[in-house]
Amino acid sequence: MIGQVVRNPIAMAFAAIFVLIVAGTTFAVVPETQQAVIVRFGEPNRIINRYREGAPFGETGAGLIVRIPFMEEVHWIDKRILSVDMDRQQVLSTDQLRLQVDAFARYRIVDPLRMYISARTEERVSDQLRPILGSALRNELGRRPFAALLSPERGQMMDNIQNALNRVAKQYGAEIVDVRIKRADLPEGTPLQSAYQRMQTARQQEARSIRAQGSKQAQIIRADADAEAANTYAEAFGKDPDFYDFYRAMQSYEATFVNNGSGEEQGRSSIILSPDNDYLREFRGRR
Amino acid sequence: MALFFRKGGSYKGHMKKIFGWGARSGAMMNENKGPWGGGSGGDDGGPRSPWSQPPRKRRPGSVGGNVTSLDDFLKKSRDRFGGSFPTGNGRPYWLYGLGIFLLLWLIFTSFHRIGPQQAGVITRLGSFSGTLGPGIGFTLPAPIDRVQKVDVQEIRTIDIGSTDASSENLILTGDQNIIDLAYSVRWNIADPELYLFQIKDPEQTIREVAESAMRAVVAGVSLDDAIGAGRGEIEQRVQQVMQRLLNDYRSGIRVQGVAIKQSDPPAAVNDAFKEVSAAQQEAQSYINQARAYALQLTAKAQGEAAAFDKVYAQYKQAPEVTRRRMYYETMERVLSKVDKTIVETPGVTPYLALPEIQKRAEGAAR
Repeated sequence: MIGQVVRNPIAMAFAAIFVLIVAGTTFAVVPETQQAVIVRFGEPNRIINRYREGAPFGETGAGLIVRIPFMEEVHWIDKRILSVDMDRQQVLSTDQLRLQVDAFARYRIVDPLRMYISARTEERVSDQLRPILGSALRNELGRRPFAALLSPERGQMMDNIQNALNRVAKQYGAEIVDVRIKRADLPEGTPLQSAYQRMQTARQQEARSIRAQGSKQAQIIRADADAEAANTYAEAFGKDPDFYDFYRAMQSYEATFVNNGSGEEQGRSSIILSPDNDYLREFRGRR
Repeated sequence: MALFFRKGGSYKGHMKKIFGWGARSGAMMNENKGPWGGGSGGDDGGPRSPWSQPPRKRRPGSVGGNVTSLDDFLKKSRDRFGGSFPTGNGRPYWLYGLGIFLLLWLIFTSFHRIGPQQAGVITRLGSFSGTLGPGIGFTLPAPIDRVQKVDVQEIRTIDIGSTDASSENLILTGDQNIIDLAYSVRWNIADPELYLFQIKDPEQTIREVAESAMRAVVAGVSLDDAIGAGRGEIEQRVQQVMQRLLNDYRSGIRVQGVAIKQSDPPAAVNDAFKEVSAAQQEAQSYINQARAYALQLTAKAQGEAAAFDKVYAQYKQAPEVTRRRMYYETMERVLSKVDKTIVETPGVTPYLALPEIQKRAEGAAR
C-alpha cells in the first residue's frame, strides 16, 4: 500500500479525493439540535431525529446517516425551541385605553415533514406566525378592560392566545410552547402624560394629607400639654385659694413694677400713695 | 474547541510540509522550463532572469520550451518526487510528516482538559454520548467525537434597564402607576446538554423571560410596594416565575437570583414624590415643635406648683406673720425702685406731669 502511494502519489491523491466526495455525499451527521428531512428527487422520503417529547439526548435519532449520493438531499430543520418576536402593537382595551404591547411566542417544529411542505424554512414559519400572534393578541386584549391586563386574569388571556396561535401553528408543523407579554406600556404622548399627571396629583394629595395629619397631631399635643399644666396648677393652688391670691399678687406686683433683671427696658413707674395706704399704716405712728 | 484544536494541528502539519519542501520547490521554480511550460513568449526571445540556471537536460518533447502535456508533467513530477526526493530507510520524509500530523491530531482531539468550572459535552457523530467532568477527559478522535466545553460554574449576569437617568424602563404596577425599574438576573448553566441542545438563543430567551416575569409580578403589586418595602418579595417571585418558565422550556438554566438595582418613579413625576417625603419631614417637624412646647409648659407648671407648695408649707406654720413678711418684702422691692409721691393732705389735686415723665423715659432710652 505504502509502496504504491510512494510510487504513484498523484493517482492516489485523486483516488482519495474521489473517496472523500463520495463519502461526503453519502454520509451526513445529524446533530442533536437539528432534524433532517431526506428529500429524494424533491419528494420528502424520510425524517431523521424527529422531535419526540421527553426523549433523552443520546437516545434521539441523531447520529450518522446514509443517503444515496446525488439522489437524496438533506434538508435541515431546527429541533430547538425557536422564538417569534412580535412587533410592537397598539391595543385598545374595552375601556378605550391604548396600550403598546410587545409579546413573544416560543415554538418548536414537531412535524418536520409538514413544516417542510408548507414553509421550508424556520424563518418563514416565524414570518407566518408573527401577524397571527399580533391579531390574536389584539382580539384577546380588546375584549377586556385595561385593568385585566394587570391582574391574575392575564394568565387566562395568555392561554387563549396560545390556543389561537397553536391552531395556526399546527398547519406549519409547529407547536407553541409559550406565549408571553414582554412589555405592556402606555403609549408616548397624551396617555403617558395623563398617567403621569394622575400620579402627580395623587402624590400631592398624599403630601397634603400628611401635612394635615402632622399639624393635627401637633395641635393635640399642645392642647394636652395645656390641660396638664392647668391641672397641675389647679392641684397646687386649690389647696388655699385665698393664699394663692395673695401670693400671686405679690409676684405680679414685683413683675410689673420692678425691672426684674431681664434686661428689657421697662416704663418707669411713679406711684402716688395716699397716707391711708396699708403699707403706710405704721407711717403715721400708732395712735 | 475541539474543532479549533484540530484545525491548529492540521495547519501546523501543512506548514511543516511546506517548509520541508521549500528548498526543493524553489529549485523547481528556478528552472524556467517549469512543468507549466515556458510561457507564450518562449525562452529564446525573453530576457533571462539572472538567477535562473540553464536547463540540466532537454527532453525530446520539450523542444521550443512548450511543455504542455499533462503526461509529460506527470512523468516529470514522478521523476522528481520518486527520484530526487530524499528518503530515510527507503521511505520519503513526507510520509513521516503525515504520520506525525496524524499523531498530533489524535492527541489534540482525543484528550481534553476540562477546567474545574467546566463540563465537556461529547457528541459522537452528532449524537449526545456523555459529559466529561473536570480533569483530563479521553474521547475518540475528532471527526467521530466532538467535545463542547461549557462553563457551568460561572455565574453570568444579564442587566435589564439601566440606572442612568437618560433611559427609562417603564413598568406598569397593579394600581396603574408607572415605575422606572432596573434589575439584573444572575444565572448559570445547570445542565450543559440541555443548555446546548434545547434552546436556540439561550441568552435572548433569559432576557425575554426575565422581562416578562418582572412585568407580570410588578403588575400584581402596588406602586408603594414596588418602590419600597416590597422589593425583596418581588425579586424572589420573579426568580421563581423565571425558573418555572425556564424549566418548562427544559433549558438547563438555573436562575441564581434577581436583583432590583433601581426602582424609582419616572423622572417626570419625581418632584411630586419628593414633595411627599418633604411633607413627611414637615409633618414630623410640626410634631417635634409641639412636643417641645408641651415639655416646656409642663415643666414650668410643675416648677411653679412646686414653688407654691414650698411657700405654702411655710405659710401654714405661721400664716399671719408670713403673710405680712411677704407683703413688706415685696413692697420694699417694688417701692424702692419707683418714684414715690405721698400726698398727705386731702383735697390736694395731684399734678401729674405727663410730659415730664415722657422726657424722663426718653432720657432713659437714650
